[in-house]
Amino acid sequence: MRERAVSWAGPLSARSLTESPLAERSAAERTLADRPLAEGSMLYLDGVSVSFDGFKALRGLSLVLAPGELRTVIGPNGAGKTTMMDVITGKTHPDSGDVLFDGRVDLTQLDEVAIANLGIGRKFQKPTVFERLTVFENLELALRASRRIFAVLFAHLTGEQQDRIAEVLRLVSLADKASQPAGSLSHGQKQWLEIGMLLMQDQRLLLLDEPVAGLTDAETKATSELILDLARDGKHSIVVVEHDMEFVKSLGAKVTVLHEGAVLAEGSIDAVQNDPRVIEVYLGR
Amino acid sequence: MVMRPLFDDRRFWIGLALAGAVLLLLLPALNLALPESASLHLPNYMVPLLGKYLCYALLAVSLDLVWGYCGVLSLGHGAFFALGGYAMGMYMMRQIGTRGVYGNPILPDFMVFLAWKDLPWYWFGFDHFWFAAAMVLLVPGLLAFLFGLLAFRSRVTGVYLSIITQALTYALMLAFFRNDMGFGGNNGLTDFKDLLGYDLRLPGTKLGLYIASVIALGLGLLVARFVVRSRLGRVMVAVRDAEPRLRFLGYSVTNVKLFAFVLSAMLAGIAGALYVPQVGIINPSEFSPSNSIEIAIWVAVGGRGTLVGAILGAILVNLGKTWLTGAFPEIWLFFLGALFILVTLLMPAGVMGLSKQIGFRLSSRTSRRKEAQHA
Repeated sequence: MRERAVSWAGPLSARSLTESPLAERSAAERTLADRPLAEGSMLYLDGVSVSFDGFKALRGLSLVLAPGELRTVIGPNGAGKTTMMDVITGKTHPDSGDVLFDGRVDLTQLDEVAIANLGIGRKFQKPTVFERLTVFENLELALRASRRIFAVLFAHLTGEQQDRIAEVLRLVSLADKASQPAGSLSHGQKQWLEIGMLLMQDQRLLLLDEPVAGLTDAETKATSELILDLARDGKHSIVVVEHDMEFVKSLGAKVTVLHEGAVLAEGSIDAVQNDPRVIEVYLGR
Repeated sequence: MVMRPLFDDRRFWIGLALAGAVLLLLLPALNLALPESASLHLPNYMVPLLGKYLCYALLAVSLDLVWGYCGVLSLGHGAFFALGGYAMGMYMMRQIGTRGVYGNPILPDFMVFLAWKDLPWYWFGFDHFWFAAAMVLLVPGLLAFLFGLLAFRSRVTGVYLSIITQALTYALMLAFFRNDMGFGGNNGLTDFKDLLGYDLRLPGTKLGLYIASVIALGLGLLVARFVVRSRLGRVMVAVRDAEPRLRFLGYSVTNVKLFAFVLSAMLAGIAGALYVPQVGIINPSEFSPSNSIEIAIWVAVGGRGTLVGAILGAILVNLGKTWLTGAFPEIWLFFLGALFILVTLLMPAGVMGLSKQIGFRLSSRTSRRKEAQHA
């Protein structure tokens, strides 16, 4: 079944079986020696291209993220930031290029469900929560637990799990809203609920698409503290896509600048801000 | 923590106990204990009619499970109901034995009439009740599984899914109309004599079938309620409201829908199996697409996503149908259409939402009045 949660079964992928032997060796067949940067990486993108009806959303995007690393990705509208997240989470399959998780799992062969079960979590640009369920129930569904149908049917929250939900409710300041339907939350609260859901999933790689869009200054500050806390424990690798430069500065992490579907510059915030190519893209000629 | 249901736990159980007492004790007592001359006497002809309503109610619960909670609007649920009915009908056909018009101990009358020599292979086993009972669950369940697997894996949703479920039941109707399918063609299966050795013409058997229908409805409601109140029930609601988002939490939307669809089809099959001995016939018209649309109307009238509402909707609409088709036979369909339009426009939450709707109107009026006083 296509959507079944798969654990990585080895170096042979479905693609290598369907391609003719004369074709170029597929991503999974190539050895690590061909891709020295992939070794030990959390996320490895190499030459990823995606086009929609002739529009090239990504043109040979390459990016390597180390385990425990916090990375911010910036770029003008249409630079391919969200498409990049779609490719990593299996929503979009690339036309070409390698996407590896944990240095070895070929993400291009998996769907959203399998990738989520591998340990990659995502917060969407437009906060998307289950509006008819309560805040508590949203967190309950996100909770890391077996996703098999009968396990879910007979699932009960253990004391430990209830404590974890209570802890996350406090972390995202929604403890007093626990029994309200998520649809009744404000925009900022929905953003935080989605971050809370990401915490409940306990994923190794977190992709945050514009986590502070529409938040007040105080909320933005609290969010950046939350992200820095997560990054500090070393158990999470985090990619943050953001427009808000103050927020990006507050994270103090390595910055990747995307432009027209490829990486334009990479480095510290000061370095990229002084990069003439970046200035040109942002300020125009 | 669970979703706030319209009926909280205590009210649900009290309601269930009351309904059970009326349906299982009071109504049979009115039928058996009172003399026929008494005004409160429940006449014998009413018993299978009530039983029929209860089968429809179970059918409505099955659709509400998959539509109201999981967002899968099946407009082919009549097919699962009819398949359950055919399985039971095949058992009762084989029970007729030499009492048929042609007196053939093995072949049902219609096969003798078609000059068939042997029983088709798919009729084997239906002389055993346990086999037929298993088929009542397995045939609708298997069809739902295969159909659902193809449709849900390909991510067919919304209107497109509803259309292909209509096509499914329509195709089955055409197939069952054919004589050489071996299911009695357009006459279907009828002239049943007995069930498990009980003569179907006797009032006692009819009362027994009615009671079996009450129990099946009660158990079906409890099973469906258990599912929708479990974590899986909340996952189903999440599928209904934001299916793409749920995938990123690692839930297989295909499997969730398949589970709900198969369970629902099995409940519909049970409803059909209890329906057929009470009405005495099953024919391909049960597969007609309009029948399946009617089921959706019952659920919409009662209130989607409430289970109890589906039961109320099925019984209310069918009471109305029985009365209107008798009193004004030519306007029934206009009435049904008008009902659907009015419910959709004015009562989106159905009968179950009515009290809330009225309460909301009143409270918004009082709050407006308060605001006016403040101003």
